[in-house]
This record gives sequence, C-alpha cells and structure tokens, in this order.
Amino acid sequence: MVSTLVARLRHAGALTGLALLLGPLLVLALPAATAVAQDVETISGRFRFEGEPVVGVRVTVTEEASGAVLEGVSGEDGRWEVPLPGPGTYVVTVDTATLPDGVGLRDPERTSVEVRVLENASAAAVFALGEAVDAGSDLLRRILQNGLNGLKFGLIIGMTSVGLSLIFGTTGLVNFAHGDLVTIGAFAAFFLNVTLGLPLLLAAPIAVAFGGLVAGALDRGLWRPMRRQSAGLISMLVVSIGLAFVLRHIVLLFFGGSRLAYADYSLQTAMRFGLIRVTPVELWVMGLSIAMLVGVGLMLTRTRLGKSMRAVSDNRDLAESSGIDVQRVILSVWVLGGMLTAVGGVFLGVIESVDYLMGFRLLLLMFAGVILGGLGSAYGAMVGGLVVGFVSEVSTVWFSSQIKYVWALLVLIIILLVRPQGILGRRERFG
Amino acid sequence: MIETLFFDALRSAVGPTAATYALLAIGLNIHFGYTGLLNFGQVGFMLVGAYGLAITVSVFGGSVWLGVVVGILAAVALSLVLGLPTLRLRADYLAITTIAAGEILRFLVRNTSSDPFTGSVFGLRQFAGDFYAISPFSGGSDYLGPLRFSANRMWVTSVGWGLVLVLSLGVWALMRSPWGRVLRSIREDEDAARSLGKNVFLYKMQSLVLGGVIGAIGGIVFILALQNVTPDMFLPQVTFFAFAIMILGGTGTVLGPVLGSILFWFLLTGLQSGVRTLVDSGAIPGVAGGQAVGAVSLIAVGLMLMLLMIFRPQGILGDREELRLDVK
Repeated sequence: MVSTLVARLRHAGALTGLALLLGPLLVLALPAATAVAQDVETISGRFRFEGEPVVGVRVTVTEEASGAVLEGVSGEDGRWEVPLPGPGTYVVTVDTATLPDGVGLRDPERTSVEVRVLENASAAAVFALGEAVDAGSDLLRRILQNGLNGLKFGLIIGMTSVGLSLIFGTTGLVNFAHGDLVTIGAFAAFFLNVTLGLPLLLAAPIAVAFGGLVAGALDRGLWRPMRRQSAGLISMLVVSIGLAFVLRHIVLLFFGGSRLAYADYSLQTAMRFGLIRVTPVELWVMGLSIAMLVGVGLMLTRTRLGKSMRAVSDNRDLAESSGIDVQRVILSVWVLGGMLTAVGGVFLGVIESVDYLMGFRLLLLMFAGVILGGLGSAYGAMVGGLVVGFVSEVSTVWFSSQIKYVWALLVLIIILLVRPQGILGRRERFG
Repeated sequence: MIETLFFDALRSAVGPTAATYALLAIGLNIHFGYTGLLNFGQVGFMLVGAYGLAITVSVFGGSVWLGVVVGILAAVALSLVLGLPTLRLRADYLAITTIAAGEILRFLVRNTSSDPFTGSVFGLRQFAGDFYAISPFSGGSDYLGPLRFSANRMWVTSVGWGLVLVLSLGVWALMRSPWGRVLRSIREDEDAARSLGKNVFLYKMQSLVLGGVIGAIGGIVFILALQNVTPDMFLPQVTFFAFAIMILGGTGTVLGPVLGSILFWFLLTGLQSGVRTLVDSGAIPGVAGGQAVGAVSLIAVGLMLMLLMIFRPQGILGDREELRLDVK
C-alpha cells in the first residue's frame, strides 16, 4: 500500500518535472493538452494578452458523456481552474463576450477545444489571444490582404508577359517555352545564391543577364534559322513545346523536383499597415516591378529601339521597308523578354519558392494575361497580367485556394467569347 | 542485360499504355492532321472519359457500360464548350484554351471539395469489375511468351488494340469520304473552303467532337488497364507525348499514330530502363536517381519533338507536300 503510494508520488514527481520542462513549449503549440498526475482531475488554463494576464474571462466546461456544465473564471494571474467530477472527454468553451474590449481569440473560429482527461490527471486548455477582429472587418481584411497578394503576383505575371506578347507581335510565335525562361532565371539566381553562396543582391543581376543571354542565344541559334527557312508558325509552336520540355527537365535533372528557397530574405517579419501585413521584401518586389514596368513602357515609347519594336510588332513589312533592321529588333525583343522573365523568376522565387514547374504554372497565367490584354500589345500584357493575378488571389477569399488558377483561366475563356482581341488589342489581327 | 532492356521496351510497346496513346494520337490526328486544329488539351478529353466512367461506377454504382457512355458524352460536352468560343478564332487561340481547360479540369477533380465525387488526390478505384468479368483470358502470367502478360493485361491489351484497329479503319473510311475531303480542305485553306459554301465552323466542331471522343476512349482504356484513376495521371505532358507520337508516325496519315505509339513507347521505355541501369550502377554521378530517369526521358522526348519538327515534320509515313502546316 505504502510502496504503491510512493511509486505513484515518484511517478507524479517525474511527470511534474516533465511538465515544467515542456510547459512553455506546450503553451506555444495551440491545441495542446498536458496531463499532470494529481488526486483530483481538473482542467485549467491561463489567459494572457501581450504578456499581461487577462482577468475575468469565463469558460464553460461541458462533459461530453453526460452533458454536465461547469464554469470557471480567470483570476488575478489570468489563471482559471475547474475541478472535474472524473476522467473523460470535456469540451472547453470561452465566453468571448467576457474578453476585454479589443482582445479576441487569435483564431476567431476556435472558441472551444476538446480535452481528454485521464484518471488522476490535470489537463490544460490553451487559447491564444490576439487583437480582436469582427467578422465584417475580417472579410475586408482578407479582401485587402489577398488584393495585395494579387497585385504582387499580377505585377510579376505582367512583367514576364511583356516578352511573350512582344515576341508574338514581332514574330508571330506563341512561345510555349516562355514559362521555362522564368524557371531558368530563378534557378540561375538559386545556383549563384545557394550553391555558390553569393548574396542575392549580386546573384539576381547576374541571373537576369543570363536570362537575356539564353533568350538571345535561342533566337540566334534556333528561331532565326527557322524563320530563314520560312518554317510555319505551327511548326515553330510545336518546336517551342519541345524546347520547353528540354529546358524544364534539364532543371529537374540538376536541381531535383522539390521546392527550394533562396538563402536571403526568406524569413522576414511582416509589417502591419492598418489591416494588412506585408514583409519588407514584398514591398521591394512590388516597387521594383512597378519601376521596371514603367521603365519598359518609357523605353517602348521614347527610345529608338522601343519605337522600332512597336513598329515591327504593328506591321513587319512596313517596318522593314522603312529601313528598320527587323532581325536585330527581334533579337533585342528576345533579350529584353528573357531579362524580364528572369526578373520575374527571381521575384517569384523570393516571395514564394523555386521549383522546376514554377514557370509552366506561370505560363498558363501569362497566356491568360496576354490574351486578356490583347496578343501582341506590351501594355495589354501588363494590364492583363495584373488582372489575372488579382482575380486568382482575390478568389481565395471565397473559394478554395487549390482552384485559384481556375478563375484566371475561366476569365481567359470568357474574354475569348466576348472580346477575342482583348482589352487593348486591335480587331484586324483576328478571326 | 540488353535482352532485359529489349523485352522491357517491347512489353511497353505492345501494352495497354501504347494502345491508349495510339487512341489519343488518332484523335489528335483528326484534329491537327486532318483539320488543322491545334488541340493541346487532348489530356482533358482523356480525363473526362476516364472520370466519367470511374464516377458512374464507383460513386453511383452504375455498370461499366453505362460509364463508357457517360465518359463519351462528357467528351462531347467538353468539345462543345471549348469549340464554341475558339473555333472562329486563329488556331493558336484553340491551343491556349485547350491547354488551359486540361489544367482546369485537373485542378477541379483534384480539389478537396470534389472529394465525394472524384476522391480528390487519392482518386477512384474498383470500377473495372464488369469489364474483367467478361474476359475470355484466364490463368497466370503466361501470355505472349517472354513478355509474360497476365490474363487481365492480355484482355485489356486486346480490347485497346482492337479499338485502335476499328477506329483507324473508321478514320481511313471517313477521310476518303466527301466529309473528310472538306476537313482537309479546311486544313489547307479555310477561306477557300468557306468560299465554296462549306460551313467551316460546323465541320471544325464535328472534327473536334470526333477526335475528343476518341481521346476519351483512350482515357477509358487507360484507367481500365490500371484499375484506378488519380488526377495526376492527366498532366499536360500527356498531350505532348501524344503530339510527339503523331508527328513521329506521320501527321495526317491513317497508320501514323499507331506506328508512332509503338515506336515511341519502345524507344522511351528502352531509354528509361537504360538510364535506370546506368543510374543504379553509379555511371551518372551527381544526379538524383529516380528523378534522373524521368528527367532524361522527358528531355529526350522534347528533343525528339524539336528535331522531328525541324528536320522531318512529316514523320515516318507522312507526305511533306501534303503538310504545309501553317496558320494564315
């Protein structure tokens, strides 16, 4: 009798020690329940908000089997404890009306937890408190937050689509390998940043130059000879699919199939602006994207090269007969497009991650954006890309994020039905 | 070792997968080879055929035969949905819309909220019982000599290639008919066909439906052979494999897709076995094993597609003069 009591006490001591050790960890883990051996079963917990105890919060404890309801209120130290009639399963519910103003549950949906209490044990019910959000402003917050994400994503789509649209405009090629240029840019930066250990700020410009180089080499080595042999556009399209396969799986061969992150800027604390949160690097990505899109726009309207790009895109024969070196312009379109896709790839890698399929996933959205804006128009690509990014991200407020691209692609199909030349496209090119 | 490699490759070249891809390519050939329609979403037709069958049987308890009908009707519906907005536009619009539609469908069946119907990422199984119940083959793995096909594999293989034969004959007959000549004239010069009073849109639509239904039949054979269906069987690369097969065999020829599929799977499986052997023996350093096999074979498919298109766009059986593939 005595020996079993001693054994039980020693057992209890060991468990209490363990609980003391693990206690802080368990408070961090949200749905946690710990058991400490005692003679009477209890459920307890502690309400804290920004380090201060919260007094006077009422909890109700319902025994699942009998439906019996017990109550507890948090004291001066924020602790509450409810003695139980016996072991079993209990549901602990917070009376959110008793929380002070401005304080709410960090997860507003999770007002109750289920706790299993063993014989002679005490269990904890943990509720994390945070700033209160009411349902209405929560919807607003999610729309704003997703809208911001959509803007971020849309800017990247817009930037990568400019090249796709200009290449189509100048050569008539629908380049199915364009997405894989994004992947190559992102992985070039990954190689420099993670494998070689260069800082990302140095790796990114080199990767962008590499992206331009690859695209230029493709034009010189593959597309220009094909144009010279006056290959059909459909043959070139099928070749671009083959090329996409080759590029994508070369990346798979060397870097594997899992998602990878850059060494820099991957863990940043979000800053708050009113209802929305944004990390500094996201702000940089958005700012730089906008600057680059404006820069490309100015280049297309103000510089000689930009004007000839638009001229070739508008009417190739007329441009050629007015003395523009069409092949050189096409080469510069490829280099420009390649650099922009590489920038997009690096940005996407910074705010999300890099994997060998990232470009292909983006390609379908780029197509949607380009068609939405009007095939062949650089400004159309920017606008269309923004719309597509925005639609797919904001859709996650109401629909599952697993199908967020579906909405963007549906927009594509609807646009084709209603206005096939796109928002900024011209009618004559179509039909 | 060479012998194992050869039999691996041969086993794949005559198996149900090759038959499936022959069917997909026959459908694509009607679209692209005879009508000039760029369908890059053949996998979408395959998907609706497969899930039409699997959902009818596994979820609603219908028979396999009802499932086949549902799958085919789903493919008809999909072609109408895709064709109505795009068939009046330039060829590349259909290309972009179909590849997007294939991915939309895959996302949708994969989505968690579709779980009661499609089993989301886990897919569906146990729908092939009726089909194997009427199999004339029985016993162990002793069919086709050294290839050692099991009785079930033998049955689905026979059905698959039987369908390939019947549909190839059908294509041959159709393309000799006035209807087929109109399709080819649309491929050659759409405006000329229109000026002769043909309703080009209607003919294109019929072609899209017919090829799509054959793609759906391919999907049905595919999942009957595997006896399960999951969303990630329907990646966009399936369509590109079918394209490579069609171009390899000869675009716009009756036997091109069949020959292409046999040859393609012989070469691809041979290559995969070869790479796997090399990786296992450590001859290719610095490369992750399982992924290397997939990556190398897909690089090879991509290269093959490029080189064929550049140097021999008519494939093995095709006639270069007949195929001035271009969009106006």
